[in-house]
Amino acid sequence: MTSRTQGELSNEYEFQTMSIAALRKSLAAGETTPARVLEDLAAKIPETDAHIGAYLSHDLEAALAEAAAADLSLPLGGIPIGLKDNINVLGQPCTCGSKFLAENYKSPYDATVVRKLRAAGAIPFGRLNQDEFAMGSSTENSALQVTRNPHDPERIPGGSSGGSAASVASGTAIATLGSDTGGSIRQPASHCGVVGLKPSYGRVSRYGLVAFASSLDQIGPLTTTVEDAALVLQAIAGHDPNDTTSLDVPVPDYLAGLHDGVAGLKLGVPSEYFGDGIDPGVRSLVETAIQKLAAQGAEIVPISLPHTQYAVAAYYVIAPAEASSNLSRFDGIRYGHRTSNPSDILDLYRKSREEGFGSEVKRRIILGTYVLSSGYYEAYYGHAQKVRTLIRKDFETAFQNVDAIVSPVAPTPARKIGACEGDPLLDYLSDIFTISANLAGIPGISVPCGTCDFDGGSKLPVGIQILGPHFGEAKLLQVAKAAE
Amino acid sequence: MSHHHIDVRYVANLARLELTEEEITEFQPQLDAILGYVDTLTKLDVSGIDPTAHPSPVFGRMRDDEPHESLPPESLLQNAPDQAQGQVRVPKVVTDA
Repeated sequence: MTSRTQGELSNEYEFQTMSIAALRKSLAAGETTPARVLEDLAAKIPETDAHIGAYLSHDLEAALAEAAAADLSLPLGGIPIGLKDNINVLGQPCTCGSKFLAENYKSPYDATVVRKLRAAGAIPFGRLNQDEFAMGSSTENSALQVTRNPHDPERIPGGSSGGSAASVASGTAIATLGSDTGGSIRQPASHCGVVGLKPSYGRVSRYGLVAFASSLDQIGPLTTTVEDAALVLQAIAGHDPNDTTSLDVPVPDYLAGLHDGVAGLKLGVPSEYFGDGIDPGVRSLVETAIQKLAAQGAEIVPISLPHTQYAVAAYYVIAPAEASSNLSRFDGIRYGHRTSNPSDILDLYRKSREEGFGSEVKRRIILGTYVLSSGYYEAYYGHAQKVRTLIRKDFETAFQNVDAIVSPVAPTPARKIGACEGDPLLDYLSDIFTISANLAGIPGISVPCGTCDFDGGSKLPVGIQILGPHFGEAKLLQVAKAAE
Repeated sequence: MSHHHIDVRYVANLARLELTEEEITEFQPQLDAILGYVDTLTKLDVSGIDPTAHPSPVFGRMRDDEPHESLPPESLLQNAPDQAQGQVRVPKVVTDA
């Protein structure tokens, strides 16, 4: 690996590490070894990452043991991959950014994505910070540490996969996995200037991902290039008997058509994604990126996704409802935090959860419990599920006429740390362009499209979002490659 | 859906979540604001629309019911806050006769 300037924060991408594709060539040519790659990354953690705070933990010794046996002929042979701290790796911590699991939890098994990464030759290395239980879009809700945006340390990296994005952006990771429930891969990728892919619901097994909202969650890669995102997706996609929601559909070759370009493809531009709330710098960069795709031969088609304005409201019924149910497992009995000296079993549940969970998690548990409670279930949860159908149908109709949809990822570049303190609703509204893809189950990718000034900050990265039909990742990556 | 109000203390108890007075004071207006926003959904007429519980075209598939190896008890017990005799230990859940 080439050596980079350490410890200095700059506004340039130059401190990003080399791509998986380039590193593979370097490994094949014998210019470096998997062990040296790992040692270089580990050396950057106390230097560069001390300013960023992406890593919660790492186990160099365990990774080096795997590196010694690395098979460089495999598609990801000897490549270290960082993991969001909600993906289980046998014997490693899995805190989910929560005090609840930070004390003494060690994973008793490997997530399927980890097993598949290893089968492709990759080495899991490093546990990356996140909003607690993936609830948030800033990584400020981590109970464990602050993660800063490598492009401006006063700003958020985005979230909830903030550590996964910030590590790739600051060159302390080659590629990482995150999870995306409402934009948690794409939005931090946009804010940090890296590529982030949320696959279709059912494309990647969720077995071993600590569940937030089971009908929305999906694991995906954060990388420096679109080609790398295709490489990692290739490794982790496919049916898993341990996750009944992962579909038994053949995995295509995501690299085969990657360079086919956009000539002749129809790209939809939804009017609802370019309204008043969008920052002028973001609008200008995304529009320029769309013009470049048009110059490469894509046909730009104005479209409408008429129920977009209801997506955030539907999401904040459905996601907390599923979360309140999923998080009932954190009761202080089998794993995680248990209060000391409870008076009885109910007291044990209540106090363990009070002590272990942070504010955002508590708010969402209460909201979710409320919308599922007797008398309110149909008015809130039932109603939101029907709105979800309308949002899904918006996309189905659109994809009858276009190959992909292009839009901003987030209304603004990264905001300052603390800017939404005490006003969770304000933060929720920033997910407006990413949430619909989760409700509809379709894939989406964020690709860097330039930098702009925003709220006193300069040269802040902005991503363009490309959305495709269900299981349409191959064409999605093809468009993303052309937009890169 | 016109309430815009959650009885935070009552719902927190349903969720087996103890809250401090400070938290109740903090969460009450925040949750009411979120609920007020969520009420924008009522503007939509959804009569005759089927609900989507799941975004996949295929769901509810069952795998073959074949025996396979499970995780050993000790690996599952390793994370238990309190254990004895190969079991998770909890406070007494029944009262004396």
